[in-house]
Amino acid sequence: MNNNELQNLMGSWFPNPEANKVVETVPETEEGAETKIPEPINPSLLSFTEEGSQFLNVEVSPENLHSLMTQLRENSDTNFDYLFCLSGVDWGKELGVVYHLESTEYRHQLVVKVKTTDRENPNFDTVCDIWKTADFHEREVFDFFGVKFNNHPNLKYLFLTEDWEGFPLRKDYVDEVNMVIK
Amino acid sequence: MGTTTVNNNFKSEEYFINMGPQHPATHGVLRLLLTIDGEIIKKVEPDLGYIHRSIEKMCERDSYQQIVHLTDRMDYLSSHINNEAVCLTVENALQLEVPERVKVIRTIIGELTRIASHCLWWGVMGMDVGALTTYFYGFRDREMINDIFEETCGARLTMNYNIPGGVMYDIHPNFIQRTKDFVKHFKTKIPEYDKLLTGNVIFQKRMKGVGILSKEDAISFGASGPVGRGSGYSCDVRKHHPYSALDKVTFNESLKTAGDSLARYEVRIMEMWESLSIIEQLIDNIPEGDYKVATNAVIKLPKGEYYQRVEAARGELGVYVISTGTKNPYRLKFRSPGLSNLSLLNHIAVGGKIGDLVASMATLDIVVPDIDR
Repeated sequence: MNNNELQNLMGSWFPNPEANKVVETVPETEEGAETKIPEPINPSLLSFTEEGSQFLNVEVSPENLHSLMTQLRENSDTNFDYLFCLSGVDWGKELGVVYHLESTEYRHQLVVKVKTTDRENPNFDTVCDIWKTADFHEREVFDFFGVKFNNHPNLKYLFLTEDWEGFPLRKDYVDEVNMVIK
Repeated sequence: MGTTTVNNNFKSEEYFINMGPQHPATHGVLRLLLTIDGEIIKKVEPDLGYIHRSIEKMCERDSYQQIVHLTDRMDYLSSHINNEAVCLTVENALQLEVPERVKVIRTIIGELTRIASHCLWWGVMGMDVGALTTYFYGFRDREMINDIFEETCGARLTMNYNIPGGVMYDIHPNFIQRTKDFVKHFKTKIPEYDKLLTGNVIFQKRMKGVGILSKEDAISFGASGPVGRGSGYSCDVRKHHPYSALDKVTFNESLKTAGDSLARYEVRIMEMWESLSIIEQLIDNIPEGDYKVATNAVIKLPKGEYYQRVEAARGELGVYVISTGTKNPYRLKFRSPGLSNLSLLNHIAVGGKIGDLVASMATLDIVVPDIDR
């Protein structure tokens, strides 16, 4: 599938209820009067972009993450069976996880992003019931970003010692002894 | 501790032992927590982080030229390929076209690295299952490659030969001849490897049917490299996403379908032949030209996200860079082949014996610094 087809198919899974509302037609106004152009409503709950990346990027809200991932894996047209990279990212205000997916059948690729502004208690649903490789990679994100994964079977530190304080790969992490800052 | 009572009323009880972090079969500082019942493995849980250096955090404060040097210290047996991955990411982001000569040199040295890595693996693999001689055979041949590297790159292990835009210096005048000599020499040595180890009955019995991984599980666990290909899963990045001069050569992807330890072993032996063939196709046709193109002293990648995949000796290495347009990456993630390959160890070892675990782990070819980045 090419990126457009992927985008249309995925968009149809998560229709935006707002998009179906009839947009009130703006009555004809006299010439010279300002006309408000209504902002385009995203027809789906997902937001897509190809800007600044070689892959099609899709951002999904945390509550739809697991359902989107399940469909991407199970749908016979998408069949994303290979999760080749799972990274935690600290965007400053937001914390999130980036999933790089590939289908070994069709060889198409997709990047799924999920973000949250809750830095105190960030949590997303686990995907390790869909791809077994996510087990260790999610634990790595848990170590270094403090992101919790709901329903993960064995969520504990993989690299860090149990008494480690703070999350080293977050941007606001401070360690005056061990970190050399230039 | 197992408790036993008298007569026929033997009780078995699960207990747990440590394997590593100083166990010779764990190849570095990997600690495995084994839950066993008698000698049958019930659960394998790796405990990692003994040599974690947080390379990803260090990358966030370093320039792109400096990052190349750090990648040597991940999977040190495929250091050239790791360097190449970062350089390709930077070059793609800057849309920098490197000379053909650079592409060919990179590919030749990359394949030499792969052979050197597999030589070491083969030697250590034999030793893990009790055949000490293989160690000396493997290291003897690897030594020849290291000598070639020393002459051209100035280092034997952590070579740092790649820089964004090309390679650091031109190849040594002896490089072509010595590489050809090595190829000729090594072609007589792989049959020797087969004679010494592959056909050995004891070895075969240790390997056949041990640590079976199905193709579906290989994909789901994100297995790559010879581990995935031993299960019949076509995952060679060199085939699917060719880079450097790999689109100009013909080679077969080494595939085996059995999925056991022997299949993973055989895939690596086949790969050494394929790497020799790739080197032979390129070594007489190194194009003339520059060995690098000039880049700015301060490299700034345009704002955006970049991903580069390469086939390291142990599998798929990914470099994921998020750039905000400054001279440092905002976030840099290395997708290491080792972590995914290690995650399936529990799956293939459960139900087997401790001796089988050593054999399975040897065919996963784990390098711990690659996991503890």
